[in-house]
Amino acid sequence: MTGTTEPLLSVEHLVVEFPAGRARWVQAVSDVSFSVMEGETLGLVGESGCGKSTTGMAVAQITRPTSGRVIFDGKELTELAGEKLRHAKKGIQLIFQDPISSLNPRRTVAEIVAEPLEVWKVGDRRSRRNRAHEAMEAVGLDPRISGSRRPHEFSGGQCQRISIARALTADPKLMICDEPVSALDVSVQAQIINLLEDTKRRYGLTLVFIAHDLAVVKNVSDKIAVMYLGRLCETAPADELYANPAHPYTKALLASIPSPDPRAATLTARIQGDLPSPLAPPSGCRFRTRCKYAQPRCSEEIPRLSEIGPNHQVACHFPLAAGATMTTTADKKG
Amino acid sequence: MRTAPLDTISNDTGSSDRPAFKPLLLVEDLRCGFHTGQGLIHAVDGVSFSLERGRALGLVGESGSGKTVLARSIMGLLPRSGVTKSGQVNLDGQDISQLSPRQLRHLWGAQLAMIFQDPMTALNPVVRIGRQITEHMRAHLGIGRAEARSAAVALLESVGIPEPDRRLSSYPHQLSGGTRQRVMIAIALACGPKLLLADEPTTGLDVTVQAQVLDLLAAQQARRSMGLILVTHDLAVVAGRAEETAVMYAGKIVEKGPTSVLFHHPLMPYTEALLRAIPRLDLPSHTRLGAIPGRPPDLSALPPGCRFAPRCPYAQDRCRTQEPPLEEAGAGHFFACWYPRKGSLPASWSYTDSVTDLPRAPTSVTSSQAAIPEGQIQ
Repeated sequence: MTGTTEPLLSVEHLVVEFPAGRARWVQAVSDVSFSVMEGETLGLVGESGCGKSTTGMAVAQITRPTSGRVIFDGKELTELAGEKLRHAKKGIQLIFQDPISSLNPRRTVAEIVAEPLEVWKVGDRRSRRNRAHEAMEAVGLDPRISGSRRPHEFSGGQCQRISIARALTADPKLMICDEPVSALDVSVQAQIINLLEDTKRRYGLTLVFIAHDLAVVKNVSDKIAVMYLGRLCETAPADELYANPAHPYTKALLASIPSPDPRAATLTARIQGDLPSPLAPPSGCRFRTRCKYAQPRCSEEIPRLSEIGPNHQVACHFPLAAGATMTTTADKKG
Repeated sequence: MRTAPLDTISNDTGSSDRPAFKPLLLVEDLRCGFHTGQGLIHAVDGVSFSLERGRALGLVGESGSGKTVLARSIMGLLPRSGVTKSGQVNLDGQDISQLSPRQLRHLWGAQLAMIFQDPMTALNPVVRIGRQITEHMRAHLGIGRAEARSAAVALLESVGIPEPDRRLSSYPHQLSGGTRQRVMIAIALACGPKLLLADEPTTGLDVTVQAQVLDLLAAQQARRSMGLILVTHDLAVVAGRAEETAVMYAGKIVEKGPTSVLFHHPLMPYTEALLRAIPRLDLPSHTRLGAIPGRPPDLSALPPGCRFAPRCPYAQDRCRTQEPPLEEAGAGHFFACWYPRKGSLPASWSYTDSVTDLPRAPTSVTSSQAAIPEGQIQ
C-alpha cells in the first residue's frame, strides 16, 4: 500500500500462557500470526475473553509472550530485553478502554501529556511544554484551559482525548488502541473515532484497533482479524469480511450488531451461550460447541488458516460459500 | 405547550384490551430538581408521555440528558432530601409520584420493576442468587420456601440460564456479565410486574451478549404483555424493539414518535445527529461518522432558547432566543424545533455530506492539512 514491502509489525505463531494455579496453564493466545503494513489499520475483534487484549499487550511486550515472534520496525522484540527492548518499542503506544483510570488522577493534564517526553528526556522543559501543548491542540483540547486541570474534571470522551495526546507526544509509529470507545456514548464514540482517523492520517500512524463491536471495527479498519478463544478464525479486508463472511463465528458476530434501521429484519443467526472455559478449550475447532454447522470432523482436527480469496483467510473445515449473505431464516431456539 | 396530548401511542393497531384513555403509565409534566452548589437544577424538566400495556418505549439520549433520572423518578428511587419533584406519574390509574417509601415497597417488584446498568453492583455480592430471587417473591406472593425455589428454577430456565438448579447456590461473582444481567431480569420478572424499566441493560456487555439479552427482554415482554421502557444512549438498540421512541436532551423530550417514523424522518436535528453517529456495517470502511460537536449543556447555565442550539449546525437567531415547544407533526410524532429537518434519511443511509473515501496511506496527506506540521512532533 505504501511502497514498502516489509510490514511494520509482524506477529508469528504468538502464544501467551498464564499460570492458572495447581500447575495448570491457560493459553490466552494460541498460535496467532498476522502482519500490519505501515499506514494500515488492523482491527482485532472478538468477544470478552477471546485473547484480543492479551494479543495487544503481547505485541507491546507488556505481557511477554510464551513463544512466537513479534517483529516491529525490523527488530525482533521477543529477542530483546531490558534497555534494548525499551528503546526498540519506543514507537509503540497504547490507548486503553477506561479513559479515566488510565490517567494519573493526581497530575495535571499538561504533566500527563508531557510525561513520555520526560521519560525519554527529550529537549528542555520549555520545548517539552510546547510539544505537549501542540499535542493537546491536535486532539481538540485547549492547553491554556485544560492544561492545569486534573483528569477528574473531564468527561470520559475528554479523558480519551488526553490519552491520545499523551500517546502522540511519544511520536509513535504504531498505536495499539484497546477498546478505546467501548466506554463512551455513541455520540462521543463518533468524535473519538473521527479523531483517531484524523491523527492517524496526519502523523502517518499504523493502528491496531481492538474492540468487540464489529461495526466500530469495520468503520476504522483496512483489514480485520476475528479471534475466538485465543485463535484466529478469519482475516480479511474490512469490506470483504462484511460482504462474504466465511467463518460461522464471523457471521454470528455480524448478526449480533443491532441495526439502526427499524425495518431491517431481525437476524436470528445469533450465537447462543457463553464462551467455553479457556482452561479446557474444546478439541478441534474451538467454536464447534456453539456452531450450528459443526460436524464430527470439527472435533477431531484443528482447522488451519487457509486462503480462500485475495487476503482472505479462514480457519474452518466447512467455510460458508462466498456471496452467501446473512440469512434471515429463523433458527429454532431451544 | 409543555404538556403533550396523552394518547401519543396510536391505539388502532390492536390493543383492544384497554380503552385508549387509560394507559398503563401516564407521566405528566414531571420535573425533578436537585439543589446543588450552583442552585436548583432541573435534570428532568417538564416531561410528559404515556405507555400502553404490552408496549415498549425507547428512551434515548446522551449521558447527562436526564434519562436515568426520569426512569428513577418514575420508579420512586430518587433521594428524598435535596430533590424537588412535581408532576404526576400514574401507574394503572394510581398516582405513585407522592407515595412514601413504605407504600412504594408494595409496588416495587409486584407492579413495576427496574433493571440497572451494572448487574455487579445491583446484585448483593454476599448473598446467593437463589435468595436474591426468592426474597421478594415470598414477601409479595406469600409463598413458601420450597414453592419459591421451584418458581425461581423455572424463572432462571425461562431467561436462558443453563443448569438453573445449580445456579441458585452461586454468588454473583461466579457468573459472567451476561448471566448476571439474566439474573437481574429474572429478579425483575419474578413477581410479574406490569411495567419494567430497563436502564442501559446492555451497556458494558459484548455485542453477542447484548443481542441475547435484548432478545430475551423482548420475548419476556411479549409473553407477559408488560410495558417496557428501554433507556439507552444507542438508538440502534431501540430500533425494531420499541414501538415508540422518545429522544431526551438536557432534561426535555425533544422528539418522540413511532420508532420507524422517527428513524426515517427525524425532524429534530439532535435525533438526526444521534442517528448519524452510529457506525454502520452497510457502509464502506473509513466512512466518516457524523460526530456531534461539544457536549450537552451545563444544566445550571442553560442557553436561552433551544437547548441544542449551541451544537446544532442549522441553528438560526430565533433558536438562540426562543425555546421551541413540543409540536405534533402528525400521527403521534412530536418534535421541538423551529426549523425541523425536511429531508428523510434514505433507507441506504448513505450520507451525502460524509467523506466516504479517505486516503488510506499517510503519504497523501499534505502538511498544510494538518494543524501541526508533521515534523514538529518528533
